[in-house]
Amino acid sequence: MRNANSYAMIDTSSQKMRRVITTPEGITLPATIASFGTRVAALIVDLVIFGTVTLVVVISLILLAINVFKTADNGPLAEVLVVLLLLSLFAARYGYFLFFELGPRGATPGKRLLGIRVASRDGGRLRVESVIARNLMRDVELFLPWQFFSIASAGEGGIFAGAATVWFLIFALFPLFNKDRMRAGDLIAGTWVIETRATKLSTAMSLENTATENYHFGSAELAVYGEFELKTLERILREDNAETLETVAATIGTKIGLSSPPGDERQYLQDFYAQLRARLESDMHFGKRKKDKFS
Amino acid sequence: MKAITRFFRRKEVETPVDIAAAALRSDRFRLERETDWLRLEKIVTELEKNRTRKLSDDDILDLPVLYRSAASSLAVARETSLDAAALAYLETLVRRAWFQIYGPRSSLWTWFRQFLGGGWSAAVRSLWLDICIALAVMVAGTLVGWLLVAKDSEWYAALVPGSLADTRQPGAGKAILEKSLQGTENTHGLSVFASYLFSNNATVCILAFALGFAFGIPSLLLLVYNLAGLGAMLWLFHDAGLTTDFIAWLSIHGTTELFAILLSGAAGLHIGRSMALPGEASIMAAAAQSGRRAAQVMVGVVLMLMIAALLEGYGRQLVSSTPGRFAIGGSMLLFWLLYFFAFRRSSVGESA
Repeated sequence: MRNANSYAMIDTSSQKMRRVITTPEGITLPATIASFGTRVAALIVDLVIFGTVTLVVVISLILLAINVFKTADNGPLAEVLVVLLLLSLFAARYGYFLFFELGPRGATPGKRLLGIRVASRDGGRLRVESVIARNLMRDVELFLPWQFFSIASAGEGGIFAGAATVWFLIFALFPLFNKDRMRAGDLIAGTWVIETRATKLSTAMSLENTATENYHFGSAELAVYGEFELKTLERILREDNAETLETVAATIGTKIGLSSPPGDERQYLQDFYAQLRARLESDMHFGKRKKDKFS
Repeated sequence: MKAITRFFRRKEVETPVDIAAAALRSDRFRLERETDWLRLEKIVTELEKNRTRKLSDDDILDLPVLYRSAASSLAVARETSLDAAALAYLETLVRRAWFQIYGPRSSLWTWFRQFLGGGWSAAVRSLWLDICIALAVMVAGTLVGWLLVAKDSEWYAALVPGSLADTRQPGAGKAILEKSLQGTENTHGLSVFASYLFSNNATVCILAFALGFAFGIPSLLLLVYNLAGLGAMLWLFHDAGLTTDFIAWLSIHGTTELFAILLSGAAGLHIGRSMALPGEASIMAAAAQSGRRAAQVMVGVVLMLMIAALLEGYGRQLVSSTPGRFAIGGSMLLFWLLYFFAFRRSSVGESA
């Protein structure tokens, strides 16, 4: 599925979310900003992992402590366990995101699962300080309002619980109010979160059947379409859906006045693709580019 | 699905494609370079999985070369090829390789060594103006706490949280207050106390830092509130004639802890100030730059709080003489001042 998906992604990803990174070599690389939904999903995955691990550690430490208390009441070992518990909770809260985002993938397990990563906004190196800054902010955005909320709802409730909710919402919805979908932590760290799906190299469409070229298209027939149509045709050929192929072959057939014999649409379209590409590429060598059928 | 299985089969069999037979020039271009791209992809994948041991020395040496050639292939392909699949592949490949080559290469440990060896103190020095403002605010907060309680002791309950106040209430006798400053011979439970103090204080400091985001004002308010409590307690002990003992009791860990609180407030203020007054740079750039500087200071604050918690949990309970407490607190303060303002070995912190 991955193959088909990554092609679909190229064409469907909203133009508004596309950015360009310029490498030190002067190569421009397109990057797509991760959507709000993707990031929420990644966060939920992370919280589930993080929560489960913390819970397991806490429960096992408590069980251990109970047993220790039983055998040697209030021994120094029990004290060590409580210290361990307090410190491991602290380390988990701040360490989990920090550790994974400083790794070679620049992503927590949740981000990795959803194919996104943290990157420096200026196109340079992702610095250690940036990762620290964005994760310290996470505390105020996420953990503290929850903490306040639970304290407030256990005690006085009312205004304080409401204030905690407003606080949480302001930070949670912050990414929706800037075009780069940055949360407050990204803003002060100089980072953003971008999509980073790995694409597999698939065989060139034009190499599928060079030996058996059946259909020949004339110069006038090939002059109708441009690069956009070529790209779409490539995608359709890769998806290889019989119905779509038939419809597309019929459309092209009527447009250029040379229709495909029924049942041989794939061959017809493949040949059309190869010859259209040859023509458009040879035009490129002379500096002529045809964007789409309207240009 | 049919198309995909066909691609996979083709890849597995790996039939050598006749380059010369390819009709299109762009296909020949691609076929000539494909092996290098796939090799680069393999190396990058291993690096991403942090499995450097699986890579040979040749792979590591060739990585920059392969990256540069893939990058130039991409540049050429953009001008000569309309093979959307190959272009998309090259774009993701070059981006992944770029992340590995320009990623955070230095390990956390290397970073930490640089941080201790100059990065931290340089970051603290670059916040000097914010530190001065935060210090003034802290002094003002203490004064406000003192004056409020001096005027009306009802304020004490509002300024000092109940759990902290326990026996130390207005109207409590001198003996009770004196007892609360005593040390204890028993070490039992002190490590729990210290670790609790640490995680509690660290959370407050991180809060002070992160609230700087709202133009620094909440950070300052937090400083005022925390120090007003201190001022109130100071008044209480002054009233009982125990000023020196109280300050000694406080200073043993307080010089480190209050210094850490000062730095976290200054870090928050630094971010807020640079966002409110970005100067020449854009708000975004200014926020990012100050955020990174402040983050370094904050890592240091967490370290200082660990030390403060140990001093508070153990040192204060075990050392009960006033001169002894003054000696420890004073030398800690001297140490921090020397480390931050006299220690300039390198300028790593600024360039990192």
